[in-house]
Amino acid sequence: MAVYKRTYRSYSGPATPAWSRFLILTRYASQGIFRSKFVTAMFALCFFYPLGCAIAIYLNHNSSVLSLVRVTAPKLFDIDGKFFLIYLGVQGTLSFFLTAFIGPGLVSPDMANGALPLYFYRPFSRTEYILGKLFVTARLLSFITWVPGLILFGIESSLSGTQWMSANLRLAAGVFFGAWIWILLISLIALALSAWVRWRIVAGALVLAVMFLGSGFGHALDVVLRGSKIGYFIDPGRLSTTVWEHMLGVETSATETLSATAAWIGLLAICGLCLLLLTRKVRPYEVVR
Amino acid sequence: MTPVIELDGLGVRFGKRDILNGLTCSLSAQTIGLLGPNGAGKSTLLNTLLGFYKPSRGTARVFGHDIRTATKHVRSLVGYMPENDALIANMSGVSFIRMMAELSGLPAEAALERAHEALFYVGLGEARYRKLGSYSLGMRQMAKLAQAIVHGPKLVILDEPTNGLDPAARQRMIRLVQEMKETRELRIVLCSHLLRDVEECCDEVLILKQGSIVHHSNLEEERSANRRFVELEALGDQNGLAEALQQLGCECAMAGGGRIKMVLSDGLEIRDIYRIAAEREVQLRRLNYRRDTLEDIFLKAMETTTNGRL
Repeated sequence: MAVYKRTYRSYSGPATPAWSRFLILTRYASQGIFRSKFVTAMFALCFFYPLGCAIAIYLNHNSSVLSLVRVTAPKLFDIDGKFFLIYLGVQGTLSFFLTAFIGPGLVSPDMANGALPLYFYRPFSRTEYILGKLFVTARLLSFITWVPGLILFGIESSLSGTQWMSANLRLAAGVFFGAWIWILLISLIALALSAWVRWRIVAGALVLAVMFLGSGFGHALDVVLRGSKIGYFIDPGRLSTTVWEHMLGVETSATETLSATAAWIGLLAICGLCLLLLTRKVRPYEVVR
Repeated sequence: MTPVIELDGLGVRFGKRDILNGLTCSLSAQTIGLLGPNGAGKSTLLNTLLGFYKPSRGTARVFGHDIRTATKHVRSLVGYMPENDALIANMSGVSFIRMMAELSGLPAEAALERAHEALFYVGLGEARYRKLGSYSLGMRQMAKLAQAIVHGPKLVILDEPTNGLDPAARQRMIRLVQEMKETRELRIVLCSHLLRDVEECCDEVLILKQGSIVHHSNLEEERSANRRFVELEALGDQNGLAEALQQLGCECAMAGGGRIKMVLSDGLEIRDIYRIAAEREVQLRRLNYRRDTLEDIFLKAMETTTNGRL
């Protein structure tokens, strides 16, 4: 081991580009995530459904298997908007639970330990901080949402041919953008709550509460107000489903549904509110006026 | 010396309260002490220099860079050790310091190397793989110092660095600050309410009271300016001795108990006092040069009315 002369010396070497520094935060925050066996197991569990879908798509095109189970139809099921809507619903739910577990651990330790001044006295902005933390969940959730979704689309395209692919490009775009909307929404909710509630477990419980209580109250409100659609705006899950249906070109089964534009506005309002909550809390010091 | 910090009518207002009232001065020493009672605005001044608070009027410059317009550049030149606990408990010392170095712009390899060096430098070499949560208070203070210097800043701001330290740990911290000062590779701003810390480390001192500057001076000059202040204790005709000294141009004041406080006139030496005392058959029992301590300077400053200017 080298024997260092223990004296102060300044640094005059090269510096990393400023735009990429938020990724440092992502890298360090991601390291701690898989220390938890529960998160690792849950993350692995999230791949079961896409794997099942891939097998189903393969079998759907395998005539010998179809004849073995005595299916006379050319296909067991259609790969269409509804298929990907269910896919997004399942993976979205799993990714939400994962976020409820991971998200609160991203900001609350920095807040609880009072570490924010140490980040922000450096040439590192609050926007970069939020982006860095957001990227932790965004990267992780991408692996279980749109990445396998596009792989499924690719498998189906390779088996059905380019004609199917070109006719259904909307599905790929729907899966990609639909998943990103969901990722952003739940990540922002988790980060905002973890910034306001410094106790990690409570923040996690609040993330779950926002989703489930929001859904419950939303439905109750619509029932009480008979035909009102106000309940949608406190139910992020229903808003997302409405947007997904629109993106994937699926006709909704619900009788009273919100328009896609209104759902977009609702989602943007929730994201905006979360960003507002984040920017109010993610500060080096709180000013008591 | 080039100015480290220039305050130009700097004012900070929270709601309807003026926290800093148009501070104006230029600080250029190697080590600058920032003093003041609780609530004087010391931490607010530091946080404003770091860009955490927006000035309501005026501005400040760090190494000539305006804190309003070149905040990011100013931050790239500064290392900051906050007063409060600010370490992430579940990270090891070395990975935390490395992350902080990387956030300051150091490449990963250089950051790791410097994190090890900084931790050895502050005396945490053996504990660098331990979780920060398991560090004692003294160790946490040292870790905060390590993160402040790991990226090789030109200016280090230390906010109450000896807070809560036992005498041995305090001495270690002061020694480190003095060593850093001696390298002359960086300037230091030491904010403390402990006068002894500032006296041991600083060349220049800025004293704040109720958000205004009440004293700003070079400590060495201040001390040498008081070299001719003498306190003596005499037995015999003290009044006669005082009168004789006054006739030679000294300013004398009787302090009771046979003590005389005086400021020597130009050209008058100590042996002249002995000579005059001998002529008047007065015994000199004790004679001290009485230099103004920082405590005297501080207490005088606290009596000063605050107008924001010197």
